[in-house]
Amino acid sequence: MTHAGALPAWAALLTAFLVLLGAGLTLLGAIGTLRFGSFFERVHAPTLGTSWGTVAIVLASIVRFSALGSRPVANELLIGVFITVTTPVTLMLLARAALYRDRAEGKQGVPARSILRPPRGRNQQGESGGGQ
Amino acid sequence: MTRALPYPILTAALLLTWMLLTSFSPPQFILGGLVAVAASRAMAALQPSKPRLRRWQLIPRLAGIVALDILRSNIAVARIVIQRRGRKRKSGFVAIPLDLRDRTGLAVLACIVTSTPGTAWIEYAQDLNVLLIHVLDLVDEEEWITLIKSRYESLLMEIFE
Repeated sequence: MTHAGALPAWAALLTAFLVLLGAGLTLLGAIGTLRFGSFFERVHAPTLGTSWGTVAIVLASIVRFSALGSRPVANELLIGVFITVTTPVTLMLLARAALYRDRAEGKQGVPARSILRPPRGRNQQGESGGGQ
Repeated sequence: MTRALPYPILTAALLLTWMLLTSFSPPQFILGGLVAVAASRAMAALQPSKPRLRRWQLIPRLAGIVALDILRSNIAVARIVIQRRGRKRKSGFVAIPLDLRDRTGLAVLACIVTSTPGTAWIEYAQDLNVLLIHVLDLVDEEEWITLIKSRYESLLMEIFE
């Protein structure tokens, strides 16, 4: 580990900016999770943290350690890749669980499965399918 | 080629991951290569559907479009969060009839839709090939349908189908 004092000014500024940007976006995502009204609105807020919130912090880490060391550091990119690839899994599970619950309770404002019928009337299967 | 390396892209990706996590040196290349080849041959036992990359040249273009769109919607959603409850904002569901059928293409589309703040992948009906998304700031449904279809789906279909 090298000391932070050895970091050139431009790299320090860029790192600070990116860390603040990433942390700020993630914080806004957290605030949004609190403030939004329904489940389906709330599910949008954390994606601030999983998209550019993560990207900015990853870039900050790359800039800092590449400026300190002699070789470019890129292993942080893997964090971004894995977060991007795994977020849909959890989000879809949560969304489908919420959808199933709301449909079972007959809540207003939740689309029935019949909304998925395409506008042109092809041969449809009814709503009787329930879960997949 | 196909016998020894059933999934060349997977093998290359695993090797790259290995070397990013350790170091770019010849010994790690050999060690990572062995692991990657063994792992991708083990993968063949699972017999997953093999993604075909028709026009991989378009991938950087898609990545660029997506990165910019995600940045833009980050700003949009951040603004919505900061705003006081003054402005009327309507969120809602949009059903999008898809033409894309390729499973890998759909997986990439799921990553795009999910990573973009303001849109969430809710449900996909495989029998009807219709996707249900939830949009945080919904003004015009048609606009979202054409956006997803023309901006992402057409490119994904060119790449994967």
